[in-house]
Amino acid sequence: MIDATLSSDMNGSPSADIFHDAVFMEDLRGQMIKFAQLQVRDSQLAEDAVQEAMISAYKNIDRFGRKSAFKTWVFSILKNKVIDLLRKEKRHTAVSQLEDGSNLNGDELLDTLFKDNGHWNKHERPQKWDQPEHGVENEHFWRVFDVCLNGLPDKYARLFMMREFLEMDTTEICHTEELTVSNLNVTLYRARLRLRECLEDNWYQKG
Amino acid sequence: MMNCKQATQLLSEKLDRPLNRKEKISLGIHTTMCVPCRQFGLQMEELRDISKSYVNKKTDSEK
Repeated sequence: MIDATLSSDMNGSPSADIFHDAVFMEDLRGQMIKFAQLQVRDSQLAEDAVQEAMISAYKNIDRFGRKSAFKTWVFSILKNKVIDLLRKEKRHTAVSQLEDGSNLNGDELLDTLFKDNGHWNKHERPQKWDQPEHGVENEHFWRVFDVCLNGLPDKYARLFMMREFLEMDTTEICHTEELTVSNLNVTLYRARLRLRECLEDNWYQKG
Repeated sequence: MMNCKQATQLLSEKLDRPLNRKEKISLGIHTTMCVPCRQFGLQMEELRDISKSYVNKKTDSEK
């Protein structure tokens, strides 16, 4: 019974070097702040969460040899901090107080997409999404995605991110945001409708 | 008979809760016949995958 995994983990670990790589750290910090701010309204709180995640990362730096492993890990800390903040934030801004927002979001969007009988309007029918590499490596795609995400009304964006980015379950989201299950489901539906529409118009149908 | 508006809502809700038997059947019948809704269903799943990559990208974008 020889435990080989432990010793191989210790070999060649640049560990604290990561923190001395200024470009990497600056880049990482920027991404983390953006991630946190998308979800936590108070930008000071978002920055604090990033700071705390960085500090606990620093304390455990020896455990991480590769930058990518380090990054995954620091983001999972951040993700938990964001969830905590969202729970606390509940007292201040429950999603029920937010506006649906204007410009083709709620019923208006549905009316545009569907005819009175509930079937697709001809020119709104979803088209096949070809994959011009929407891949992670395609920076342009992600810029479009960011724009579409930012274009969602606050309430939609927040619930969508709780579900898809933070992977919170229905019970927890409804509890935190004081929503009924059907209310949540309808809002997620509308958020996805709108995101889908935006991606199709600005990415998949382009060119 | 289910219309596209109802079908698309179920295709979204499918990601959030298990559909019941009746819903599954009517949705199945609808999407068998309706190409746009079938596309829509694929795109809902795609949207979920994209969101996952979006979060992971933030942990894996140094190249």
